[in-house]
Amino acid sequence: MHTNTVAQLALGLQRRDFSSTELTELYLDRISALDDTYNAYITVNAEQALAAAAIADARLAKGTGDALTGIPIAHKDIFCTSGLRTSCGSRMLDNFVPPYDATVIKHFDAAGAVILGKTNMDEFAMGSSNENSYYGAVKNPWDTSAVPGGSSGGSAAAVAAMLAPAATGTDTGGSIRQPAAFCGVTGLKPTYGRVSRLGMIAFASSLDQAGPLARTAQDCAILLNVMAGHDKLDSTSSEEPVPDYTAGLDKPLQGLRIGLPREFFGDGLAASTAAAIDASLKELEAQGATLVEVSLPHSKLTIPTYYVIAPAEASTNLSRFDGVRYGHRCDAPKDLHDLYTRTREEGFGDEVKRRILVGTYALSAGYYDAYYKKAQQVRRLIQQDYLDAFKDVDIIAGPTTPGPAFALGAKSNDPLAMYLEDVYTLAVNLAGLPGMSVPAGFVDNKPVGLQLIGQHFDEARLLNVAHRFQQATDWHTQQGAMPQGK
Amino acid sequence: MQWETVIGLEVHLQLATQSKIFSGSATTFGAAANTQASAVDLAMPGMLPVLNEKAVRYGVLFGLGIGAEIGKRSVFDRKNYFYPDSPKGYQISQFSDPIVGTGSFDVQMEDGSTRTIGITRAHLEEDAGKSLHEDFHGQSGIDLNRAGTPLLEIVTEPDIRCAEEAVAYLKELHSLVTYLGISDGNMAEGSMRCDVNISLRPMGSDTLGTRAEIKNVNSFRFVEKAIRHEFNRQSDILNDGGTVVQETRLYDADRDETRSMRSKEVANDYRYFPEPDLLPVVIDDSYIEALREQLPELPRQKRQRFASEYQLSAYDAAILSSTREMADYYESVATTCGDPKVAANWVQVELLGRLNRAELDLEASPVSPEALSGLIKRILDNSISGKIAKTVFEAMWQGEGSADDIIEAKGLKQVSDSGELESMVDDIISTNTAQVEQYLAADDAKRKKLLGFFVGQIMKASKGQANPQMVNKILAQKLK
Repeated sequence: MHTNTVAQLALGLQRRDFSSTELTELYLDRISALDDTYNAYITVNAEQALAAAAIADARLAKGTGDALTGIPIAHKDIFCTSGLRTSCGSRMLDNFVPPYDATVIKHFDAAGAVILGKTNMDEFAMGSSNENSYYGAVKNPWDTSAVPGGSSGGSAAAVAAMLAPAATGTDTGGSIRQPAAFCGVTGLKPTYGRVSRLGMIAFASSLDQAGPLARTAQDCAILLNVMAGHDKLDSTSSEEPVPDYTAGLDKPLQGLRIGLPREFFGDGLAASTAAAIDASLKELEAQGATLVEVSLPHSKLTIPTYYVIAPAEASTNLSRFDGVRYGHRCDAPKDLHDLYTRTREEGFGDEVKRRILVGTYALSAGYYDAYYKKAQQVRRLIQQDYLDAFKDVDIIAGPTTPGPAFALGAKSNDPLAMYLEDVYTLAVNLAGLPGMSVPAGFVDNKPVGLQLIGQHFDEARLLNVAHRFQQATDWHTQQGAMPQGK
Repeated sequence: MQWETVIGLEVHLQLATQSKIFSGSATTFGAAANTQASAVDLAMPGMLPVLNEKAVRYGVLFGLGIGAEIGKRSVFDRKNYFYPDSPKGYQISQFSDPIVGTGSFDVQMEDGSTRTIGITRAHLEEDAGKSLHEDFHGQSGIDLNRAGTPLLEIVTEPDIRCAEEAVAYLKELHSLVTYLGISDGNMAEGSMRCDVNISLRPMGSDTLGTRAEIKNVNSFRFVEKAIRHEFNRQSDILNDGGTVVQETRLYDADRDETRSMRSKEVANDYRYFPEPDLLPVVIDDSYIEALREQLPELPRQKRQRFASEYQLSAYDAAILSSTREMADYYESVATTCGDPKVAANWVQVELLGRLNRAELDLEASPVSPEALSGLIKRILDNSISGKIAKTVFEAMWQGEGSADDIIEAKGLKQVSDSGELESMVDDIISTNTAQVEQYLAADDAKRKKLLGFFVGQIMKASKGQANPQMVNKILAQKLK
């Protein structure tokens, strides 16, 4: 049963083949048996999950269940959950139990989904390997000596190891797509503004976006149906109507124009990964799509632009963690200055401190014009590159990452090498576009992700392409040498 | 050396919205600590600001009120600094694109002359909370009720030259914002707080000297005193050949002095940048025009109209239009009683005097405009004298009814019947023969004085009810 998709499980629940309680118990058992190996969860929500499952079962018995009623879901520990510790992977919030739910959590709750637990992540979503967690690194289920990617590494690993049928994540520069690629699952970062950010702990406000990680594109569509929508409490959330993302999944790809940015297939892309991506693109071509070379001339400016804007926003978003009202507070502060410095020194890890410093510098008087302001100007150029490319193509495709999951510890002392991991994903956030990663083969028995990038609010098309691809391939259903449990 | 004072003012005006600028919490003054602080105000993780449209509307109304440029696309920025009463670690303010751009403001001085003060800008921002240093042994408490209260910061050009001008500007501003209904203008509750930037330069120079900024001066009187003190301090330094240090100072009302606020404080780098949690505020012409149509008559317009329409002196017109309530009260009395000048006198002297003694606001006056008008009508139709009217007014104040009721009940109606008055005059003449002799022997100047004696006697005998003009006339005839 644990190998089933959300769509299959929902059918089973509605047919009463099994109950939500049984399903929830199954996943809780798998977590307790297997998660010592992967460390995908920070907090397991056993008691409340079973209570929620019982409520879902009553609803299902009455026949009033929806697509997600009774389905256990794992949530990245960045979404505030009322009464359930929300750490954001940080010592700073190790003791933080929010008195409110994020809008995303409210939506899942209203749909009758069950919260299995809160998944591990890079501290404050800053990282590409999930090694920056106060709760320890997450292991890649395909190879436990490799990283799962980050920052939504716990969510990707939980889905890959079948410790949850689906999970939520957030993506600021690739944090859904890169771990989805490394763990062989399907992940979608929606258009900026598609999903409410309220109650989602902010990293970089103008880039952060929540999305689903699941086994299939269809499951991502089911989850996005619940997650998407305007929230009057998030001024940056869009009022664009939400379509039924499952409605057009089967549409044939005949006539689809796929843009291949020449900048995504050059130096830096591992040959074996390139080969897997080429084969995937051939499959889409075989289904009637046309492959068109496009150019995104400002691609080489993506990493510097992102690493000015994201840390700048982060540096002030994280100012609220000051030891005054909640979260970590140092022992016996001497005075206000001591309270601030010691609380933050103890509460934040190295990568978070690094980005606060970089961001503070970029916003400082005398540097603002050269860094932050310039980066915002380049950001507009990067977005324009994509808008120009979309004049000729419907979607853009390429690799999600330059290579497969790297070894734990391989890049943890080299921030620049780590930042290069996100070279293909960052621009999508800078441009506010939707992007997906879809399993597209294996290199050294580790998954490869195909990235699909869409126009603003064109998630339905990405899901359609991914779904058609998954109908013709079985990369997403492979389980490798993973332990199966019961 | 003769020094010229150069002053620029920054006023933090609390806008009279029901809820905060970025959250739904109430803004009521004086609630128990932290009972008006929501998750947004507490800067809980994941919380986001949502702009209160009313704050924008009030900002635009202010801009229209001073004829300033309205920012059609204004942007909120983060002003970053750490302090316990700033829960997010930044204040949401407006930096490069404020809601109100340049404008100007005509200020009427006490001598009736007018000064024009340039307005540099006005921008929306949120207030901070309060740190409470008492009642906590060796610790500080934080009350975030005030955090997120909407403020409009109004910045002038360095156009002000003395304490009197500063105060006149503030009074005019106070009057304007209360007319517009965008602030309650309650100084005691901090609804209007003032930072004073002040520097000196040799008279005739056109370069600016080094300024000191005096923070948070909370009354008109303190602004005046702070400026006087600061002028003395700076001129003493300069006359001794010293230089003024650019710094932030605090006005201590108890000692009537300004002093440096922590000299260790280095220049802050607030690292302003556009607030990514809020969209730019885009205002279209129809929004502005709709508000323009709602603009009430403003203090300056009202003052001018009162002066021309009711023939009041500039001074009277200014006092009677100083608040919207006052102007409405006066105008109601003036138009219903039929004599705007008498009405002006009664409102200013008797009513305001009585309110002052009772320490009441106009809104709490026990005498309504209708009641006062009823009283003035009885003066105008000679039913009572001005003196009796004061007695009637006091009775009205005590709640004894309308002027007519009181005149009737107490039998205060003026005696204007000439027969009755003539017999009173005859009585007085016959019982004061000595004075009559004196009167008849006296010259014109002395006669006037002695006539007063007879009038006084008659008024006394009639308990003030005799019509004094008629008594004068009859006496003059009878004593020929």
